[in-house]
Amino acid sequence: MTISADHTAPDQAAQDGQAPEKAEDLHLEGAAAEAVRKFGITVEDYMLPARHQIQMVDQDGNLKPHSEQGTEPGHEYPLPSDEELLAAYEQLVVGRRVNDQNSALVRQGRMAVYPSSHGQEACQVAAALCLLEGDWMFPTYRDSVAVMARGVDPVQTMTLFRGDWHSGYDPAKHKVGIQCTPLTTQLLHAVGVAHAAKLRGEDTVVLAMCGDGATSEGDFHEALNFAAVFHLPVIFFVQNNQYAISVPLAHQSVAPSLAHKAVGYGMAGERVDGNDVVALLAVLDRAVKLAREGSGPLLVEAHTYRMQAHTNADDATRYRQDSEVAQWVARDPLTRMKRYLTDKGLLDDDGESRIAEKAEAVATQLRNGLSEDVPVDPQDLFNHVFSTPTPQLKEQSALLADELARDASTGASSDTEAAR
Amino acid sequence: MSPTITTSSEANGNVSSATARAAASAAASAEAAGPQPVTMAKALNTAMADAMHADKSVLVFGEDVGMLGGVFRITDGLTKTFGEQRCFDTPLAESGIVGMAVGMAINGMRPVIEMQFDAFAYPAFEQIVSHVAKMHNRTKGALKLPMVIRVPYAGGIGGVEHHCDSSESYYAHTAGLKVYTPATVADAYRMLREAIDSDDPVMFMEPKKLYWSKDLVDLEALRSEHEANTERGTSTEGRAAVARPGTDATLIAYGPSVPTALAAAAAAAEEGRSLEVIDVRTIVPFDDETVAASVRKTGRAVVIAEAHGFASVSSEIVARVQERCFHHLAAPIRRVTGFDVPYPAPKLEHYYLPGVDRILDAVDDLQWED
Repeated sequence: MTISADHTAPDQAAQDGQAPEKAEDLHLEGAAAEAVRKFGITVEDYMLPARHQIQMVDQDGNLKPHSEQGTEPGHEYPLPSDEELLAAYEQLVVGRRVNDQNSALVRQGRMAVYPSSHGQEACQVAAALCLLEGDWMFPTYRDSVAVMARGVDPVQTMTLFRGDWHSGYDPAKHKVGIQCTPLTTQLLHAVGVAHAAKLRGEDTVVLAMCGDGATSEGDFHEALNFAAVFHLPVIFFVQNNQYAISVPLAHQSVAPSLAHKAVGYGMAGERVDGNDVVALLAVLDRAVKLAREGSGPLLVEAHTYRMQAHTNADDATRYRQDSEVAQWVARDPLTRMKRYLTDKGLLDDDGESRIAEKAEAVATQLRNGLSEDVPVDPQDLFNHVFSTPTPQLKEQSALLADELARDASTGASSDTEAAR
Repeated sequence: MSPTITTSSEANGNVSSATARAAASAAASAEAAGPQPVTMAKALNTAMADAMHADKSVLVFGEDVGMLGGVFRITDGLTKTFGEQRCFDTPLAESGIVGMAVGMAINGMRPVIEMQFDAFAYPAFEQIVSHVAKMHNRTKGALKLPMVIRVPYAGGIGGVEHHCDSSESYYAHTAGLKVYTPATVADAYRMLREAIDSDDPVMFMEPKKLYWSKDLVDLEALRSEHEANTERGTSTEGRAAVARPGTDATLIAYGPSVPTALAAAAAAAEEGRSLEVIDVRTIVPFDDETVAASVRKTGRAVVIAEAHGFASVSSEIVARVQERCFHHLAAPIRRVTGFDVPYPAPKLEHYYLPGVDRILDAVDDLQWED
């Protein structure tokens, strides 16, 4: 597709009444036609991210002048409503508390592992809040806060990391995919869910999450290409937290930005400050709206930072300097939002303590839930492999049951001996 | 929806069902009554068409399956009959095809997808092993993946490298996948209908050298049989077939090796030896009962498969038979399999493939001292 940068702008085209014909003359389809018709900009300008990342509230909590927010024609982002921002702040505080509580529970040995999103809470919260009830989200293992913000029970969310089972919630009920560990494989599931919905004429939007390292995977490419070719309402939301375990972004990609990858698939990309929940909501809300209106998929890259190690098993001091981490402390998504809301008169001490109480309640729920010794059923090994167990699995299940019965009877007799 | 959508803008699920029904019934009435010579390709094609007719959520997609009808023409006419919403080409990316099918199955569809050739399915291996096979288990049954992955497999067609692999062992070894492989035209129809109806994912391994084999088959009778089974809630899954009854030894085969085993049994009969041939049909779930009953009766067994023997389905069958029939065996169980080498170039494949003579040699070795 070779498209010159001199398409007729809609206003001008409307005067001579040939805008749609013009787009068809150029054999423009999908997102390209959308760009020309809706925004009056070139296809390239529509698909390429704005020259600068979108940032609305600076790290000191000040609303930036519109001219400095990074917006451009066709990349305009209205300020989210006060209600939405307050709800987001509440979720930020809860999310931070969840991250810190879970890390503590791992240290106490009450959870096997926890990949913390400390520092990335703005991305987590915006990912959940931008969706409607009927929409789907496909999270990774680091997106537990997003899963909870979407309404999944916190203790159920932790099932995977606690080691009781691979997942503790019903993905279909919550419209939240199972938290995925093999990188980017879930993006294709997101594409499939969107495709099925589109075939049925439903206006479901699907948010597919991954990290910066994941963009090197083959399924990232296949998912973006499928979504674009089938013109599906999928938002690919990349949290660029600078590291894939120990490997910095420069070793994953030398693209101008990860958002620039979008144009290669024929979709629009945008960069946003991933620690500015205002900008995140503005960009994601608009992406969801465009996707729902039929723009096809979009790619949003959020520039953020993983403040803690990959997991408790990782040692971040082996591959990055404390001074680098310190720079990001100043960009913390919570402090800047608190300042912004306080300055705007939307948040006072009462509001702050009400939110803190709410966060503490979730932390208590996690502590209590994860302290509880939930018995596991060994027969669950066999119960869900297939809808109906095969004869072979029935045999193996009987074998284990027999072993357990013998263990139990041995245990009973030794107890009896001990009693004597 | 924005009016600017140009790709698949008519997508709304009401995929002209009246047209589809009319076409399907026209196709049905074009079929002559009673048994007719039918190819396996036609049986598979009819099975998909009937399933799509019966259930709007059945979708067919893959590489070249649309207007071309697939490189083996197995999906011939489906796009024309059911429209581009229900049988369509995808970008050329196998992981994408399988991964998208997973998402569609999560969201209420029953995808039937085609991997163009056995070895071309390997890019999808992660999706198959980590998601297709495990989703039901990981979610404790909350998510079912009713999807079928059709794989034209095995050799015997003079194909160049990467077109003739016997990849069934990879899938059979993966817990959570069902693995079907038909050897007859009637079973191709029967088993594909059952695979599509299955709430669990099925790897449907199609012996590509049998695509153009013909049997006398009454497709209308098979259709009725399927409907009757569906009403009764019964299926033939997990049931091996006695392809040829015999008394002296059992040949255990599946997919492309079944006709070879039958030819060997026919040759043996001329020499006065009665061989029973078992067609495994579904590798997973495996029918221990039928296989073991036959070997207990005959006391001798040879397992035949095109795949390399080492760490394979054939090794598994030998182990299972040995565990269940040890005291009935008059001789060690023999295997006739492909050698443990990469699938050979066309001019060498006849040295590699299990043939009648090699099977008969193995049978001769079964300690017939008397």
